[in-house]
Amino acid sequence: MKRLSILALLLSLLLNTAYAETPEEKGLAIANEADKRDTGWTDQIANMSMILKNKQGDEHTREMKITTLEVQGDGDKSLLSFDNPKDIKGTAFLSHTHSLTPDDQWLYLPALKRVKRISSSNKSGPFVGSEYAYEDLASQEVEKYKYKWLRDETVDGLDNFVIERFPQYEHSGYTRQLVWLDKEMYQPNKLEFYDRKNALLKTLRFLNYSQYLDQYWRPGAMEMTNHQTGKSTTLTWTDYQFKSGLTDRDFDKNTLKRAR
Amino acid sequence: MNWLEKSYPKWLLNHRWFVIFFCLVLVIAAASGGRLISFTTNYRVFFSEDNPQLLAFEALENTYVKNDNVLFVLAPENGNVFSPEVLAVVEELTEKAWQIPYSNRVDSISNYQHTEAEEDDLIVRDLVTDAASLNVQELEKIRDIAINEPLLVHRLISESGHVTGINVTVQLPRLDETKETPEVVSFARNLADEIRTAHPEIKIYITGMIMMNNSFAESSKNDMASIVPISFGIMLFLIALLVGGFTGTFATLLVILFSIMAGMGLGAYFGMPLSPPSATSPTIILTVAIANCVHILVTFMHEMRHGMSKDDALIESLRLNLQPVFLASFTTMIGFLTMNFSDVPPFGHLGNFVSIGIIFSFILSVSMLPAMISLLPVRVKQRKDSKHPAMEMFANFVVAKRTPIFWGMTGFILLLIAALPRNELNDIFVHYFDETIEFRTDSDFTTDNLTGLYNIEYSLKAEKEGGINDPEFLQEIEAFANWYRQQPETLHVNIYTDIMKRLNKNMHADDESYYKIPDNRELSAQYLLLYEMSLPYGLDLNNQINIDKSATRMTATLKTISSNNLIDLEKRAQNWLSKNTSHIAQADGSGTSIMFANIGKRNISSMLLGTTVALILISIVLIFALRSLKIGLVSLVPNLVPAAMGFGLWGLLVGEIGLSLSIVASMSLGIVVDDSVHFLSKYLRARREKGLNSEDAVRYAFITVGKALVVTSIVLVTGFLILATSSFELNSGMGLLTAIVIAFALFADFLLLPSILMKIEGTTNEKTINTGITA
Repeated sequence: MKRLSILALLLSLLLNTAYAETPEEKGLAIANEADKRDTGWTDQIANMSMILKNKQGDEHTREMKITTLEVQGDGDKSLLSFDNPKDIKGTAFLSHTHSLTPDDQWLYLPALKRVKRISSSNKSGPFVGSEYAYEDLASQEVEKYKYKWLRDETVDGLDNFVIERFPQYEHSGYTRQLVWLDKEMYQPNKLEFYDRKNALLKTLRFLNYSQYLDQYWRPGAMEMTNHQTGKSTTLTWTDYQFKSGLTDRDFDKNTLKRAR
Repeated sequence: MNWLEKSYPKWLLNHRWFVIFFCLVLVIAAASGGRLISFTTNYRVFFSEDNPQLLAFEALENTYVKNDNVLFVLAPENGNVFSPEVLAVVEELTEKAWQIPYSNRVDSISNYQHTEAEEDDLIVRDLVTDAASLNVQELEKIRDIAINEPLLVHRLISESGHVTGINVTVQLPRLDETKETPEVVSFARNLADEIRTAHPEIKIYITGMIMMNNSFAESSKNDMASIVPISFGIMLFLIALLVGGFTGTFATLLVILFSIMAGMGLGAYFGMPLSPPSATSPTIILTVAIANCVHILVTFMHEMRHGMSKDDALIESLRLNLQPVFLASFTTMIGFLTMNFSDVPPFGHLGNFVSIGIIFSFILSVSMLPAMISLLPVRVKQRKDSKHPAMEMFANFVVAKRTPIFWGMTGFILLLIAALPRNELNDIFVHYFDETIEFRTDSDFTTDNLTGLYNIEYSLKAEKEGGINDPEFLQEIEAFANWYRQQPETLHVNIYTDIMKRLNKNMHADDESYYKIPDNRELSAQYLLLYEMSLPYGLDLNNQINIDKSATRMTATLKTISSNNLIDLEKRAQNWLSKNTSHIAQADGSGTSIMFANIGKRNISSMLLGTTVALILISIVLIFALRSLKIGLVSLVPNLVPAAMGFGLWGLLVGEIGLSLSIVASMSLGIVVDDSVHFLSKYLRARREKGLNSEDAVRYAFITVGKALVVTSIVLVTGFLILATSSFELNSGMGLLTAIVIAFALFADFLLLPSILMKIEGTTNEKTINTGITA
């Protein structure tokens, strides 16, 4: 049986074009494959620095540490703690993300010495004043979108699937996104975001990928450009660590105060 | 010149078919640019690229975001916004407004992000969701929140809750605004119509910068569609009446039509856009081009009446008029070209369009016009009496009464000049459009009932990055906002501290005593972070906080006030800032209103230079053309006096000088010079060729050119009076004042100039120079 199904899979891959696989099915299949390949890293710690630029040419940098716990069957849990600027140092943001319902979000404010829960259905606002929406950075679960494969395209020598995806969350800020998914890494090289009136809003480029644990590809930098306002934000990632033995308890609102 | 005047007319009549053909080719080539004509749809066309207020505003926009907007104002007939039906419409329109092209933010009372506390929860949500199902208590609560929220009241909701606004921020890519703006406007209008049809009980008004920008194009098109045909009709009637004859009228019609087509077409090739000021070019070309034809026709008819054959009369008319018509065209062109000195580009465009039209009208009226007339039948009643009885009587009167006339005119002129200082520079840019333009009435309604279209924006900078969280800085900017709120001109002030105070209260379980600025910097910074995390797409704070959180934008929305009041208010604000603050860096007010408030002054100083240059150039031209320094200098009087008189009368009647009036001096200078050119050239011809004394030379000038001057003045005054009916105030004011100046010019040339000539030249014959210019 097992051998048969593998055979069937191989056949279907071989006969891909002859088969009546719809673009939607193909898109979903690619998304599932990407999800599958990026499963099993358990937890991840990374430092991120964020450089904001406006049209006037001013620049500003923020630094934070992001810890993520992989959750099977739901959105991941993540904890973000700010190192810089000084007046928000120690502020920590915990979120339990969900694909189609509002995330659970808590913020620890050291100046107030309290944890506040944020009750909001919004995931689409700018993340700490940057050009990223929270939904752009949150974990990318397969069921967050409906997919449609458009074409294959080679950009800068990299082979990509170009997939159109439609957010399923009611309060998303976008009508659709275009993903250039690298055929080798199954990670995106480029993303285009289309706003509610289906006009191109932003482009995100992923740069300097490295492979960790012989499996997981992570970008070294991400550049987001807002075409409508002329502002941009660059993220640089350093010190990726995986499988550090973190557990649910490290992502609990009661332990948020201690998070650094 | 002598040779040219003698041989050219004969050559012309021998080659009339070729001349007509050549003119047609020339005109068609130039007019083919007509397909490139574009109507500007941005108020920025009024500002030169290096305008300091524009540069300051662009820096502010680049630091935060551009804020061109469309503002829908909903006024339910029953005077209550807070009903399930009306709120449902607000919700619907808010949702649909996101579909407006290039929109990137929609603010209304329904999507206003209300925050409240529930134990340790901060709840952030739309103020209104699912309005149709709201009960009385919920409606009451929403009303209570809305009309007590400083961010909303007088901005998106009136104090009494009778009207509400939905503000759509639009980011035009500015690649092709002539397409982008109308695209936004037509979408917004369709949206409003959709709601109007479904809910006839709700009145909808649309205003905002995008609507204003679009009105510039609409107003220009209206003007061109109504004023240009009316001008044509009236002018042809005038020519037929005053000059007479079908052929002459028909040929004149073609000359002015071709001059307009060529002027506008060639202008479009140079890439000049049409804005309300430059959209008056066709009417002005029409008006000015007629004068050339009139001079040639009047002499021609005069000679034919006295028995000359048609061709001889044409040759004689060309001989007599070639130089003065050229001079008049040339000086008029100088006047219009110096409008390029204006700091307001549309006036430069106007000057250039008209100048090209004038060149063509000169060429056509000395070539195609006579060529056509020679081919078409002309019937004239022979008249034996060799004189214009009316003009001769008038000439005799002027000669006989020269001393009382001189002193009378001088007194009258001085009286008007004394009224010059009564003029005050003032502008209200919303009032550029009259009540026939929908934007104006919708904006007036909005200003009366909800919020203003005028605003002053400040980028308030703290000393270092993150400084906007410093409690002392926050206290100071709040005090500044409160100072503004106390000013009688102010309708609303949008300031970041209102958000901070509300958050502080929310963070302390909605305890009212915490509705104040947090007392330490970390607290403010962390509240801000918290708040930013919870906002939805498009409703962020990036439009009022800069990226390193060292500056925040404050917007004071004002009533519709004049430029002087606005500048005064800003001055008071700067005074207050320098006396009462120490943590805010120097911050000049900025924005569209400030730009328009300053443009009048900038334009006047640039046009003073322009007018001086025009005056010097024109005087030099006259001195050389008339070959007399003395007469050239004398001509300064009738050339300068009309503008002074016109502005004096304006001071008595109106007293306010707007943006466009500052160009009247240089524009009218070029036109009024024509009268003195024609009069003086005839006067000098009589002195030099015929050896007459000054009295008889004055009589000769009146008889030969008097009628033509009256006719051209009537035509010019009428033309500019038609402009005075424009729906665009800048044009109507300019038209009216120019008409007044031209009328005064005729006065000066008929009454003042002759008496001066007779005074300084005495009654002796001038025989010394008779080889000179023979106009």
